[in-house]
Amino acid sequence: MRSSRRREGISKLTGQERYVDDLTVEGCWWGMTARSPVARGRIREIRFGRGVDWSEFVVVDHRDIPGANQVRLIELDQPVLASDRVRHVHEPVVLVAHRSRQMCRRAIREIEIVVDPEPAVLDYRIKPTPEQIQYGPDNVFKHLRIEKGDVDRALASAAHVIEGVYETGAQEHVYLEPQGMIAGEEDGVLVVRGSMQCPYYVLNALMHALGRDESHVRVVQTPTGGGFGGKEDFPSNLAVHAALLALKSGRPIKMIYDRSEDMGSTTKRHPSLVRHRSGVDSQGRLVAQDIEMTIDGGAYVTLSPVVLSRGIIHAAGPYACENVRIVGRAVLSNSVPFGAFRGFGAPQSQFANERHMDRIARTIGMDPAELRRRNLIRDGQTTSTGQVISDGTDRVEVLERALCRSGYAQKKEECVSFNAAHPYLRRGVGLAAFYHGSGFTGSGEVYLSSCVDVAGLEDGRIEIRTANTEIGQGTLTIFATIAAERLGLDESQIVIAEPDTARVPNSGPTVASRTAMVVGRLIERACDDLRRTLGLSEADTGQRLRDAIMKWWAEHPDTEPVGHARYESPPGVLWDDQTYRGDAYAAFAWATHVAEVEVDLRTFATRVVGFWAVQEVGRVINQTLARGQIQGGVVQAIGWALMEDCVWDDGAMANAQLTNYIIPTACDVPSIDVEFLENPYPHGAMGAKGIGELPMDGPAPAIVNAVVDALGVEASAIPLTPERLMELVTHG
Amino acid sequence: MLSEAGGQATLLGGTTDLFVHWPERMLDADGVFIDLSGVGALRAHRWEDEALVLGGLTTFWDIIQDERADREMPVLVQAARTVGAVQIQTRGTWAGNIANASPAADGVAALMVRDAVVELTSCDGIETIRLDEFYLGYKQMRLRRDQIITSIRVPRQSCSVERFIKVGTRQAQAISKIGVAIAQSQAGWRIVANSVAPAVCRCRTVERALDDRVPLPHVDALVELLGSDVSPIDDIRSTAAYRRGVLARVLYHELAPLCEWVGPQRGAS
Repeated sequence: MRSSRRREGISKLTGQERYVDDLTVEGCWWGMTARSPVARGRIREIRFGRGVDWSEFVVVDHRDIPGANQVRLIELDQPVLASDRVRHVHEPVVLVAHRSRQMCRRAIREIEIVVDPEPAVLDYRIKPTPEQIQYGPDNVFKHLRIEKGDVDRALASAAHVIEGVYETGAQEHVYLEPQGMIAGEEDGVLVVRGSMQCPYYVLNALMHALGRDESHVRVVQTPTGGGFGGKEDFPSNLAVHAALLALKSGRPIKMIYDRSEDMGSTTKRHPSLVRHRSGVDSQGRLVAQDIEMTIDGGAYVTLSPVVLSRGIIHAAGPYACENVRIVGRAVLSNSVPFGAFRGFGAPQSQFANERHMDRIARTIGMDPAELRRRNLIRDGQTTSTGQVISDGTDRVEVLERALCRSGYAQKKEECVSFNAAHPYLRRGVGLAAFYHGSGFTGSGEVYLSSCVDVAGLEDGRIEIRTANTEIGQGTLTIFATIAAERLGLDESQIVIAEPDTARVPNSGPTVASRTAMVVGRLIERACDDLRRTLGLSEADTGQRLRDAIMKWWAEHPDTEPVGHARYESPPGVLWDDQTYRGDAYAAFAWATHVAEVEVDLRTFATRVVGFWAVQEVGRVINQTLARGQIQGGVVQAIGWALMEDCVWDDGAMANAQLTNYIIPTACDVPSIDVEFLENPYPHGAMGAKGIGELPMDGPAPAIVNAVVDALGVEASAIPLTPERLMELVTHG
Repeated sequence: MLSEAGGQATLLGGTTDLFVHWPERMLDADGVFIDLSGVGALRAHRWEDEALVLGGLTTFWDIIQDERADREMPVLVQAARTVGAVQIQTRGTWAGNIANASPAADGVAALMVRDAVVELTSCDGIETIRLDEFYLGYKQMRLRRDQIITSIRVPRQSCSVERFIKVGTRQAQAISKIGVAIAQSQAGWRIVANSVAPAVCRCRTVERALDDRVPLPHVDALVELLGSDVSPIDDIRSTAAYRRGVLARVLYHELAPLCEWVGPQRGAS
């Protein structure tokens, strides 16, 4: 398969791309946010100091919200601006606007938000006291449960029962471009432009908080410098803030977070605590998996229930086991809310599961690869939710390819002799087998009911209209490839519409590894529908299609030919949200990753010296972009596993700067070997399944398993910083 | 200008420390910044018979590029190469590294291990002070608000050993969690550590033990000696326990191949 060039690549490389902060708007003022200084309490007073002339500013608080003071998402518990109470440090309370950004900064320093503190939850793992309850009877945002077979009976009769507790930390997205929005009224319509993944989420949030209907609000995505989930939910908050200032001031307002405000006050990956109790028989086959997963939701519900859902559905890993019980809880803490981040709960639960598989192997004296080989799910077997897997993918072959490419067996032997000879370096090899469900969980895609339009333009070209966004992952490029392939056209004949809610239908959010598979498939169907509209057959492509479009315009100068498609579930996909039984995802991508590490016993620093990634993601639409997704995901996971450490102070990040929140540099990353095994998926565009999140799931456990292989200590929490590793090695 | 500003002005060299906190620090200071970059005479470094003399604006990159420095004083080049990335190395100055007074300053450790002397100039005249006597505590130094560092003299004594080892938070572009410069010359051993005390400091107890060839059979012996030389703390970059333990381990593994009295003793069971 050829790799088309990235459509916006040159403009990004040459600095021509205009991001939201690059846009100049006439008469535009700057907006900035005054925030809560404490984790929880009652707002007693807001004092405005005398250091600035307040008559020059526009000031907004909760009383200026025309609609509901609620950020519209799964629940409505999060206020747009705190009114009487605050639930986390950095919670927005007051907004200011001024023509000078520097004056805004001064004004924010002059605002003192006086709060009478109340007992805050600063460690989600500890049961809250009655004074700390802030949500429901127990501070639990969501309880979920998966049951299959009879776990207790299977555990009682298992040859071995192995237990383990695993923890993962928060992670900051560190997209290159911080959050930013411009809002202003244009002919009675409130227009918001900015950096985002999901224009229709932002639109819905604006309608709700401003009390406007869809005809009076419009949202446009500007070129976006990275998202990773960080621009799934949070942009709604910032968009409403900018809109409130714009409405009150009667001017366009630009709000751009600088790096420390962005890192300090926006969402992060949910921290997790997972307990495993597994039963295996004398042959090393899993007979029972008893799993408890708790995630820290932070101060408001945001997306925690669905993060938990994906987390527990992936918690048992890609293995066949007849007796599974998974109990999940998302709990409140008075931290800045946690939100969407690439993988969405699955990296957390699969870190635990893949570390636990290694613990099982060590306990029963079996090679970790062999244990996985015996337990990997075969076609005809079922997942924890009872979903029958029958996609024809050979999951054992995925494992074998990874072992073969990495030279796993030989590497293991070499490590033993290296370690015996070296005074302070220790090498080890580890692996992880894992999977990732493509698209929304359960009946989510049916509920979304996404739409895509494909239009024939007057000049004979084709325009694709979706709300899905290019955030660096290659949406524009693959959409063009998919339509060109379907219609037999050159990609230069394809135009991708700007994601503008006034022009494009709601094709759902750009999340959940759904863009290529789900939305791409809708593009194919909309292309087919366009041909039907034009009176063509599926065999009509290329010049015949162009001719038909020109002819249409000649005959109907006032009506554009448009093909529509609306999501339809692939046949036989059934999910019961009440019992958590059935087909959790229409398709899964499968992978095995192998890591080789070197630990320096002088400094306890772990370096990943080799990495091999083998995956089956359906058909690969663009080799270059797909490899980039895998390699980028591996790098992001190396950071999560070894160095990215949110240091908490009162539920907020104490190290909200790039000098002290450490992400990998090119020097910290080995060459990453990538191989795709391609088994076309009949209901995805060109046979594609989801790919974006998969590579976030496996590297962390593979790396930590390699450290355990090198040192023989049971590391079970990440980030496995040198400080933590020293503690483990010297004190056990 | 410094005198006129009544001691409230901040001098700008390479501005690499200031811009990390821009624009917030500008609001904090709310004062006067004096940009020195126009003072061309401060930039050049020169080799005299007795010393390498760095100007007040000599950058890390100037020394990295000087082949003579690489031959004669490799510890300076090694330390300079660990500072930030090339962009920072080309802007950041040795004098700025001293005057910013960060306990984590890599350049300061390399200068101190070579017995560098700082020259301070004000309207009242010139004062010289040894770098290892310059710091008084955290961000405290013998530098008056009306003085400016005009040069740094690094004696050209030949060293049989000199090196700088940095333990950063990652392989590149990192601030030191621990740094240690080691040198041996006719003046004796020098061990200078950064990020383990309120200011970059010499580890005089360890130096004396090395000069006296006190047997150090195990890492623990170094941990104990360092106990009176350094006082690391827990902060957002690392922990006191890590800094103490890893400084000792790094030193031990560096010294063992150089000193027969460091490491398991021959003939010992």
